[in-house]
Amino acid sequence: MAEATSGDGDGSPPEEEGADDGVRVDMISGARMEGLTSMEKIRLILDGVREGNIVILEEGLTPDEESKLIEVTMTEISPDEFSGIEIETYPKSSSKDPGLFDRLMGNETTQKLTVIGPANQIETLHKDENLISALVSRK
Amino acid sequence: MGLLTSLKDSITRVTDGLFTSEEPKRIGIYGPPNAGKTTLANRIARDWTGDAVGPESHIPHETRRARRKEGVTIERNGREVTIDIVDTPGVTTKVDYEEFLEHDMEKEDAVRRSREATEGVAEAMHWLREDVDGVIYVLDSTEDPFTQVNTMLIGIIESQELPVLILANKIDKEESDIQRIANAFPQHETIPLSALEGQNMDEVYEKIAEYFA
Repeated sequence: MAEATSGDGDGSPPEEEGADDGVRVDMISGARMEGLTSMEKIRLILDGVREGNIVILEEGLTPDEESKLIEVTMTEISPDEFSGIEIETYPKSSSKDPGLFDRLMGNETTQKLTVIGPANQIETLHKDENLISALVSRK
Repeated sequence: MGLLTSLKDSITRVTDGLFTSEEPKRIGIYGPPNAGKTTLANRIARDWTGDAVGPESHIPHETRRARRKEGVTIERNGREVTIDIVDTPGVTTKVDYEEFLEHDMEKEDAVRRSREATEGVAEAMHWLREDVDGVIYVLDSTEDPFTQVNTMLIGIIESQELPVLILANKIDKEESDIQRIANAFPQHETIPLSALEGQNMDEVYEKIAEYFA
């Protein structure tokens, strides 16, 4: 049984109920992430993933935040406890590359649906520019 | 006319001086584990200085600390560039010590190796954000390039506006597919090579001189 939540507005997803029965999925809207700092976003993601949840971000992270997410994930890996994350986004299409003007004007969009889960529970089966297929298992 | 030519020469010298740095460029060699980064770093260092950078291995995460080889001067087609090669640990989002047990390693050694590997990846990410002037991105051309780590790292490199050279390594292997890499990153030029066998290194050096000079 899978349970999906979208949070209750206080900055963190609600306490889980009956999570032992399945895999919890937290779908976090772009509006929820908007007011958070990079480290708050990373904390929100990693806290969820370390509890065994699948976190889906409506609008993804910036490249700089992705870089920090990898760095913080590495510092938290611990033998027999947490082996890291699996993260999936659609590969960026070169035709959607923002021009220099857009980047200078801050119009560069980072919107890309992003799925993040514990490395030992999520396995990517197929990935291309239009489809990500993943297998999610219980702990 | 003479005055104009002289003025033009003076301006050219001044602008050349502005854009020509005496400082070596720090070029990070990035890519997923086991793509052949250290083999490439050693190949470049040996070809131009006679020394190696670090040990190579088929076991993932052999390189667990960024290693620097300073002052490597590469000359090609009248261009000269002096670079500090920074050989970085393979970037990943997960490290499981059990992976190393499959390589006949004791648990204690595997746990230590995984801990060092995680520190190394974090260090590599820090270098990428703060301390490199350009990137050589090495991919194993026998493997699928459409991985999340590759997508993210190329995105991070592009967002930093760093010059990047994509190398399709291991072309000496039968399963090598250079076009697959070219298709995955059409916004960048892909240079095929075998760092192990030294195939196509002339073109690699030409591109290093062109991209990073």
